[in-house]
Amino acid sequence: MSTPAVTESAIARGSGSRRHVLRGAVAAAGLLAVVPWVVPPYTAILLTYGLIMAIGALGFNLLLGYTGLLSFGHSAYFGVGAYVVALMVKYVRVGSMELFLLGAIIGSAIVTAVFGWVCVRYTRIFFSILTLALSQVLWSLAFKFFWVTGGTDGLRVPTPSLLGGLVTGKGDKTDFMSHAYYYYVLVIFFACVVLMWVIVNSPFGKALQAIRDNETRAEFVGVQIWRYRFVAFLVSGVFTGLAGALWVPLNGLTTPDIIHWSFSGEIVFMTVLGGFRSFAGPIIGAVVFNYLKTYAVGYTVYWQLLLGVVLVVLVLSLPTGIVGTAERLAARWRRES
Amino acid sequence: MDVLVIHLINALLYASVLFLIAGGLSLIYGVMRIVNMAHGNLYAFGAYVTAWAIGRFAAGASMALLLVLLPAGAFAAAVLGAALEPTLLRPFYKRAEEYQLLVTFGLLMILEDLMRFIWGPYPLSASEVFENFGSLTIGDSLYPTYNFLVIGVGILAAFFLWAFIYKTRFGIVLRATSQNMRMASALGVNVNRVYIQAFTLGCFMAGLGGAIIVPGQSAVLGMGIDAVVLAFIVVVIGGLGSLEGALVGALIVGVVRETGIAWFPEVELAVLYLAAAIVLLVRPAGLFGRP
Repeated sequence: MSTPAVTESAIARGSGSRRHVLRGAVAAAGLLAVVPWVVPPYTAILLTYGLIMAIGALGFNLLLGYTGLLSFGHSAYFGVGAYVVALMVKYVRVGSMELFLLGAIIGSAIVTAVFGWVCVRYTRIFFSILTLALSQVLWSLAFKFFWVTGGTDGLRVPTPSLLGGLVTGKGDKTDFMSHAYYYYVLVIFFACVVLMWVIVNSPFGKALQAIRDNETRAEFVGVQIWRYRFVAFLVSGVFTGLAGALWVPLNGLTTPDIIHWSFSGEIVFMTVLGGFRSFAGPIIGAVVFNYLKTYAVGYTVYWQLLLGVVLVVLVLSLPTGIVGTAERLAARWRRES
Repeated sequence: MDVLVIHLINALLYASVLFLIAGGLSLIYGVMRIVNMAHGNLYAFGAYVTAWAIGRFAAGASMALLLVLLPAGAFAAAVLGAALEPTLLRPFYKRAEEYQLLVTFGLLMILEDLMRFIWGPYPLSASEVFENFGSLTIGDSLYPTYNFLVIGVGILAAFFLWAFIYKTRFGIVLRATSQNMRMASALGVNVNRVYIQAFTLGCFMAGLGGAIIVPGQSAVLGMGIDAVVLAFIVVVIGGLGSLEGALVGALIVGVVRETGIAWFPEVELAVLYLAAAIVLLVRPAGLFGRP
């Protein structure tokens, strides 16, 4: 796996100081904060979708990029987050976003713990297939138990109230989604980024990377591999579940499609598109993928073909993704100047 | 009683097709150590080509001609496989497994839409063959005769594959490459050629599965994506890379599925996936897999 390109970008990343990263983050935050006031609501809503998927992809990449496990079943945790919210609306009749998030975190943590307990015994291809098979269990349940889940019709989720009822979406829904909800998502997004940054740079995160790079050596120095992988799986699933909970009020509807394994493929796709070897990769990848897919779907009915070609070309020629390639180009440019 | 017999035949029917798909998937993994996510699309491709060929010549054609056209899908899938392996898969053998999964996932998306492009979004059927065979009576109920042909093809395919792999020279080379690619290469085996042959054979089997099932059902978009997950379950139960495993796994899944449809339709799929998870827990390499 350690191609020269990867090592090079790793060095480039290592030399970038903490202050450098901080400056970049503050600039990004500033830009994101003014977005709803300068772009049309439609673009802001698209970006909201992108940020939500970025949270999910960030969680996913804790497994792929930092632990070296490729999950093809992350749609399950995204779907659990979304369905917990929808079922809370249907059965408990609550409308508070904070309660939704709490419910989704608890729900996805339970499901992830059960699935993770089974899955982390395996690595490589078996891990991928097992996560895929388990996610399909949930898909088939959501699909068949239509009296609970609505089957293929799905469940509707009305506009929630934010901050304990302080902000409600009584007025125009587009306006609410492109402003209040956008900022709500943005704040949670930043909290998640900071949290993930802390996690991957903590001793725990370093241990995960040690396991990824050499399992035997990591075990030899006393890392309890099974337990570390399990916790990584849990954190990863809960991040993705949180994304699912944020996604469903925006979309207004949840259907079994988001649990189907092809949606897991999309999560993998966006992470690889951004570059799974860098921290920012899944974030950039999710936002870009979201635009890419939206325009591809609007442009042609054969959008899958288009995305498939992009994925194949990407894996063939740019395995480090957008961020990795940009870093490599930046490094070359710096050397030459 | 006859209901039970019909359920049993249905289970065999289902297992036959599953064996063709999963056997090809397992063969490819056994030799090349690559899990082809797009394998189901080759099955769908076989179904579409056969349905198209039969639909084109069906009006007034004799039964013999229709039967000759039936395997068209299998050959088309084999040709497609022979074209894909050297162009798309070969660059990935030396890279991590993750990339192989990703590139075949990309291939899945591409093939899915190519079929939509060529044959349109509507189902394509080849029911002429199915109807020509008529039906026979089992106890008090009618049962389509064509289904026995499918089971027969499944059994024949399993037999020929066994003979091919254990009784021919090519089979020996194939097994040698599967066990130790470097050693086989050092002993003068042209590994590239073995790979392309194994991949073509695997695709042929998947295409054959699609070709023989399409008269009874019809070719629809998404059938490949559904099939590949079931094939994964079969190989996970039987053991990745083992043909005996694929056969036993297909039988198990066929019986479980048929039982599920008859008695617990709501959780039928869930039970299948759970069965696979349980087998993996108890025997990580599957029933017949090499640990």
